[in-house]
Amino acid sequence: MSEIIVEKLRHVYSAGTPFEVAAIEDIDLTIPQGQLVGVIGHTGSGKSTFIQHLNALLSPSSGKIYCGGQDINESKLSRRDVKHQVGLVFQYPEYQLFEETVYKDIAFGPKNMKLSQEEIDQRVREAAGFVGVEEELFEKSPLELSGGQKRRIAIAGVIAMRPGVLILDEPTAGLDPLGCRQILDNICAYREKTGATVILVSHNMDDVARIAQRIIVFSHGRVVMDGSAGEVFSRAEELIAIGLDVPRATALAMALKKQGMALPDGIYTHEQLLAAVLENRGAGTC
Amino acid sequence: MLKDITLGQFFPGDTIAHRLDPRAKLLLVVLFIVALFQARGWVAYGILTLVVAVCMRVSHISGKNIFKGLKPMIFIIALTGVLNIFYTDGTPILPGWIITWEGIARAIQMVLRIVLLITGTFLLTYTTSPIALTDGLELLLNPLKKLRFPVHEMTIMMSMALRFIPTLIEETDKIMSAQKARGADFETGSLMERAKALLPVLVPLFVSAFRRADELAVAMESRCYHGGEGRTRMKQLIFAGRDYIALALGILLLAGIIGLKKLGL
Repeated sequence: MSEIIVEKLRHVYSAGTPFEVAAIEDIDLTIPQGQLVGVIGHTGSGKSTFIQHLNALLSPSSGKIYCGGQDINESKLSRRDVKHQVGLVFQYPEYQLFEETVYKDIAFGPKNMKLSQEEIDQRVREAAGFVGVEEELFEKSPLELSGGQKRRIAIAGVIAMRPGVLILDEPTAGLDPLGCRQILDNICAYREKTGATVILVSHNMDDVARIAQRIIVFSHGRVVMDGSAGEVFSRAEELIAIGLDVPRATALAMALKKQGMALPDGIYTHEQLLAAVLENRGAGTC
Repeated sequence: MLKDITLGQFFPGDTIAHRLDPRAKLLLVVLFIVALFQARGWVAYGILTLVVAVCMRVSHISGKNIFKGLKPMIFIIALTGVLNIFYTDGTPILPGWIITWEGIARAIQMVLRIVLLITGTFLLTYTTSPIALTDGLELLLNPLKKLRFPVHEMTIMMSMALRFIPTLIEETDKIMSAQKARGADFETGSLMERAKALLPVLVPLFVSAFRRADELAVAMESRCYHGGEGRTRMKQLIFAGRDYIALALGILLLAGIIGLKKLGL
């Protein structure tokens, strides 16, 4: 339905000036409908540039992007339509809240889609439900709420457009652990209910390891790894070499291996680590 | 889009124009502007154009960059040209026409004057970092302190404003992208609709500008900033030989142009 195909994508910033830089190069990817993809990379690795191409906010310097078989940069119309299909939540989305009330702010997206009043109302309530915002808050000003609530309202503003693909740039940055968990749970719930594709950009490897089915690693504008969490985190040394973190369980497994414990590669959850250590003890090497 | 604004942009480099003392460059621009307004004849305009061309060459600023900066002014420049063509008395180019030979000559000179004026000031901002520029300005205006004119406060406000232009532009870009992702449309519709469409950008922008101002004030106070009294500089500006030579050349240029005016060239 909304499978995303990226072909030979390249983007150059400030072309033709002394500040010219190729932000991303040679990106070839296919993201099937419904997949939960984690995108990781150091600051300036091009991941933000990449995700802004997926809903035609940026146009490629060369290369093509297809969403559901449609070339998204074909015309002005297709560039607008893709914004309804691919919802993008920016970093610190709470800084984009502007309406007088929470309700109106969530309704901004659906209103721009020129939906009927009932449809808008239904979508606002549904989106608020997904992120756990109670209806009592609807008439409050978004500026007087707590940081976590603001962020959830901002995410609801994008979810209310019912995008088939939901992209989130660092949705948990700056939140306390409880807030992080709630937001990730909300996102997973949205995906389960609607079958949407979710692309999650994050620095938090534990989050990515926990929920992503597939992990894409960016470095210096290129995709350097692409695979399941097990595959990617089994190359922990490489990840550390390009300036990234590994999940805590992976880091602990690496430390234990250095101490001489024989553990398999590709451990990224606490459960796996525990199982591997117990097995090891059963074998009597420790 | 918004990032293309070249207002007050600085192109880092290591040419003689970059190394000149900002005070010398400020004074040179003033001398140049005075000379520009003293120019009457073609010879004077020719010399000034040549001077600007040489300065562009020396400071490695391409014509393309200058043109980009001139773009927003194109309307004013064109209007000046057209008005001068039609409103100057003299000999008509064809019998019965309003357009006169004098009008065409004047139009060319006026357009040249504006273009040179803008280019001259661009050469200053393209080759001088905003910090150096405000530092230079503060030192040049220092005598005004005797008249209780708040020179330091004014220049620190200026450098802060300049410092935050790129930040605010970036922020505006980001907010615009975010609202576009929610289907906001800034490009179509009537003037009224477009003005309204800016609201979702302006509200968050103001909120964040106030937040930033607060944070900046706290950051400055916690580093014991207390105004200009007794403040020293890390980078002392020192007038070097090249600055004196540049200034001498500037004065020579002005004197030459005034001389040419007396000769009617």
